[in-house]
Amino acid sequence: MDIAVETRALRRVYRSRNQEVVALDGVDLRVARGQRYGVLGPNGAGKTTMIKILVTLLLPSSGEARVDGLDVVHQFRELRHRIAMVSGGENVGFGMLKVKEQLWMFSQFYGMPSAPSKRRIGELLERLGLSEAADRRVSALSSGMRQKMNLIRGLITNPRILFLDEPTVALDVGAARDVRDEVRRWMAEDPTRTVILTTHYMMEADELCDRVAIVNRGRIVAEGTPAELKQRVQQNAIVDLQLSPGGRLLDALRAVEGVAAASVTEQDGLDRFSLQLSNDAALGGVMRVVEGSGRQIRGVQKREPTLEDAFVKLVGRGMAEEEQA
Amino acid sequence: MSHPSAMRIFLKTIVARAYPRFVAAYRNRAWLITETLLPLVGTIAMIYVYRALHAPARFLGFVVLGGVLLAFWQNVIWAMATQFFWDRGAGNLELFAMAPTSLAAILLGMALGGAYVSLTRAATILLVASVLFGVSYSLSGLLPALGVFVLTISALYCLGMLLASLFLFYQREAWQLADAMQEPIYFLSGFYFPVRSLGAVVGGVGSLIPLTLGLDAIRQLILPGTPQFIPLSVEVLAVVAQIIAYAALSQISLRYLERQARQDARLILRST
Ligand SMILES: Nc1ncnc2c1ncn2[C@@H]1O[C@H](COP(=O)(O)OP(=O)(O)O)[C@@H](O)[C@H]1O
Ligand SMILES: [Mg+2]
Repeated sequence: MDIAVETRALRRVYRSRNQEVVALDGVDLRVARGQRYGVLGPNGAGKTTMIKILVTLLLPSSGEARVDGLDVVHQFRELRHRIAMVSGGENVGFGMLKVKEQLWMFSQFYGMPSAPSKRRIGELLERLGLSEAADRRVSALSSGMRQKMNLIRGLITNPRILFLDEPTVALDVGAARDVRDEVRRWMAEDPTRTVILTTHYMMEADELCDRVAIVNRGRIVAEGTPAELKQRVQQNAIVDLQLSPGGRLLDALRAVEGVAAASVTEQDGLDRFSLQLSNDAALGGVMRVVEGSGRQIRGVQKREPTLEDAFVKLVGRGMAEEEQA
Repeated sequence: MSHPSAMRIFLKTIVARAYPRFVAAYRNRAWLITETLLPLVGTIAMIYVYRALHAPARFLGFVVLGGVLLAFWQNVIWAMATQFFWDRGAGNLELFAMAPTSLAAILLGMALGGAYVSLTRAATILLVASVLFGVSYSLSGLLPALGVFVLTISALYCLGMLLASLFLFYQREAWQLADAMQEPIYFLSGFYFPVRSLGAVVGGVGSLIPLTLGLDAIRQLILPGTPQFIPLSVEVLAVVAQIIAYAALSQISLRYLERQARQDARLILRST
């Protein structure tokens, strides 16, 4: 197998005046060339730290990382020719430049000849539906347009490996879809390209990635294709319960015999509890707990497992739930 | 895999990084007031102070030339040395650092883009103040003075790179440090009076700043009657030595401190 990215026992500790944060705690990652590889995890899991190490901006505290066969610590100068990074919500560049000027500027830091650079910028602007904005000032762009521009910046220099750190965070549905479509198209053009993308959107990982690593608290807790990861919860029945708001119920539900995992999200003013039941009989116990809580049942559905369910089972809580200290 | 040569990337980076500064100056002319008119008023005010003190006429020339070079010092401090601090906040530093270019080229580009504004300001002060107060210069010294000027500015930008690398390290304190450095340096480098009058020790310390010697040399060349601090040829040689020393030091320092910044997470912008 041709490996694009490989880490071994990768660890990173941030030290500040009076505390230490272990952001990565022994990560072993292997990404084959040609893949769209997802790193999925809640805020603070260590995704950005991993990316910043892989793109040579941050040194690991210990362990090793190779990108395109090059050591990120020692061979970083050569590596920098071959990679690009685009982060979600980034506000880089210079507001008074025109979009095409800003893109040209960044391509020059890679020594790209101006004429091919400008041609490529034109093509990419066209592909992302931004041709009209080519002469607009960067400061006048909407967040969706800005992020498409940032993505183009990552593509102009034709990197071997493209790193995307939460590329669709805070984008509206349409812009997020355009970004994902372009990633697919760019990958389809050349089977030796590789994308590593972090996200905390389950849907995005499921829909866009060939393989996914689920990270939590600086560790990879599971790895596989989205289908494989969902398989892990396949033996459970997944039931969604919509209940009227009320007091704390999650712990009581988790305690019911036959409930393998449970999480809750708020949806349209209701609490949606997702339950993973290892046997059908558990539903009776669940209903008794709900009745006892005085909450109203507004809906019950049995559904297919998602990556979110896999995450809940692996980590013991939902992706959006606050970490309980 | 073949890449563009390091020299090619270096030169292209300088042009590309200068570009936004150039464009900013062109698209937003407000700087014509803040960067040209106000310093001009400052220089003129200084001239009136000297007049009130009944200083010899040639001192007016000192003030004008001091005002001219001051423009470049401020460009170095505010547009070069402290720039990484702002660039980091905007997330630009990450992208500059992870590109296969050098931070030195980024800094030089920044300085060059800003030199357009500094040159306009310097030329305005030189012309307006000289005409207004009838300062006269020795014509025969003009060409050599221009040469010394170019050398001085080169040394100054090399010093700026060295400072910028330190600011990469000092981050939050950068701004205060830059602010604190401004005033004493006006004094030490003898912006408004010849270095000779400072005495050997202070003048010597001040000589570490390329402007001190360069300015003194330029004054000796085109303002007849300037008291000699050190012989002209020695001054020029010292400025050349400064170019070499500051260029070398800044390269070493940039390399070392970039690595240090990668270790201490000072290149990246913290999002969580
Ligand atoms: N520059 C930094 N200094 C100190 N702690 C940091 C820094 N950057 C991130 N952290 C901490 O490291 C952990 C992982 O953060 P991060 O890699 O940004 O996670 P993610 O991208 O998955 O949200 C978090 O606890 C975060 O607070
Ligand atoms: Mg992050």
